[in-house]
Amino acid sequence: MTTRAPDSEGDRRVTIVVDGRPVEVAAGISVAAALMENGVHAFRRSVTGAARGPLCGMGVCHECRVTIAGIAHRRACLITVSNGMEIVTAEGGAP
Amino acid sequence: MSSLGVTIIEADVLVIGGGPAGIAATVRATEASARVVLLDESPQVGGQIWRHRTREGLPASARTWLKRLDASGARIMRETSVVDVRDDGDALTITAERNGVPVIVHARAIVLATGARERFVPFPGWTLPGVIGVGAAQALLKAGLSFAGKRVVIAGSGPLLLPVASSLRAAGAHVLLVAEQASRRQVARFALGLLTRPATLVQAARYRTSFMGTPYRLGEWVSAARGDSSVREVDITNGTSTRVIECDVLCAAVGLVPNVELAQLLGCAISEGAVVTDDGLRTSRAGVYCAGETTGIGGVELAIVEGALAGVSASRRETDARLVARRAALRMTAARMERTFAPRAELRALAKRDTVVCRCEDVTLGAIDPNWSMRKAKLYTRAGMGPCQGRVCGAALEFLYGWPADTVRLPSAPALVSTLTADSSSANQGA
Repeated sequence: MTTRAPDSEGDRRVTIVVDGRPVEVAAGISVAAALMENGVHAFRRSVTGAARGPLCGMGVCHECRVTIAGIAHRRACLITVSNGMEIVTAEGGAP
Repeated sequence: MSSLGVTIIEADVLVIGGGPAGIAATVRATEASARVVLLDESPQVGGQIWRHRTREGLPASARTWLKRLDASGARIMRETSVVDVRDDGDALTITAERNGVPVIVHARAIVLATGARERFVPFPGWTLPGVIGVGAAQALLKAGLSFAGKRVVIAGSGPLLLPVASSLRAAGAHVLLVAEQASRRQVARFALGLLTRPATLVQAARYRTSFMGTPYRLGEWVSAARGDSSVREVDITNGTSTRVIECDVLCAAVGLVPNVELAQLLGCAISEGAVVTDDGLRTSRAGVYCAGETTGIGGVELAIVEGALAGVSASRRETDARLVARRAALRMTAARMERTFAPRAELRALAKRDTVVCRCEDVTLGAIDPNWSMRKAKLYTRAGMGPCQGRVCGAALEFLYGWPADTVRLPSAPALVSTLTADSSSANQGA
């Protein structure tokens, strides 16, 4: 499944790797948007193991934490996708 | 200057937060100060209301201010999160982190323009994926999330609901319902007052017509959400009867609360959850100014006026009397708006004993004694001790139990140890 940004950035697209799976998304979108577009619900697991995804969309709540390029606990809503970016979510076993 | 992987910056005026208030403050400060620095967490400045990836879709005033910012000569640092602010007597020092690299700014004056966040009131099911804020939906849409074909219920309060419904519909979402928790009586009284401000009324009417076909119900709110891997259905109630609506996304938040954490760290006086300022937007601490939603929720027009005033004051110029008068008028409208859309008492009864209140630490309502304080809740249950540092549950518990926010401790956001130690080593060098 692919995604398209609603406004310009032209038609430029990048390929990111989500839980080991290459996915093509529109350039310039946030990691949070890219993951939700591609059906990821459980960005992380809470301390009692519940699935959690974005809540605030603006960097406040830290619910959208994923591992990006090997660094854990990055806020997906504050980071823009880039070509080749590797993302691991709770669905792919991220902490 | 950059050495040993630490960026050190000297500034006359440091503006924290690149929304409308921070942009106006930066532009006005550069008219009189040589070195103005603007820090913002996002990939683009604009804050939440002017969030964008390309400028074409922005309102004219936003484009104008962004152009003025481009031309201002200010140093703009994006994707930079502040973790500490300190008053060293003769200079203010902030420590921030940018892509894992520490940034230290020494400034003569700081303008806090940290904006607001949404107030989340816990209800059963609010932790399910697919349950997001109202402003959050707007933010995610602008960040590239496609809502096309999604069934969306919006349940919240205040002037944010209609523009969000309107833009989600324009993006192809099926907005099944917009539920405003404020009562019909309260909203009608407020709408009458709007007649004195035709521009606002026209804007409201435009939003109404753009989502004709979507019911806009007053005095209704969400009482529960259910689903498995994500939200599947929600309960909407008016207090006497409840109905179930199936949806893919629930947008639920009740108004906004100011982000006062950095002001608290600096010891600025806070009243009713907002930073106290005078006509020059000075806080109770010398050299520290505050503008926009952080001084009280008031909208974009007020944020620009306050930002401009703060920028003028922070660069040590005479306050503009015309802007001061404009601010007072806008503040009065904002105060009426706050009263109209204040969260109703029934929302305090939504969370059950097993409903999570603190999402970072999974602390349930039943684990928290209403007779405690926020400090006690932290000590006994870890509520408010997780990565968000109580920004979500603190506002919820303030509403549920009337607890004022606890004191803020370092770091104000999770940070690398290298960032925190960079701070102390630079303090030694600076002696």
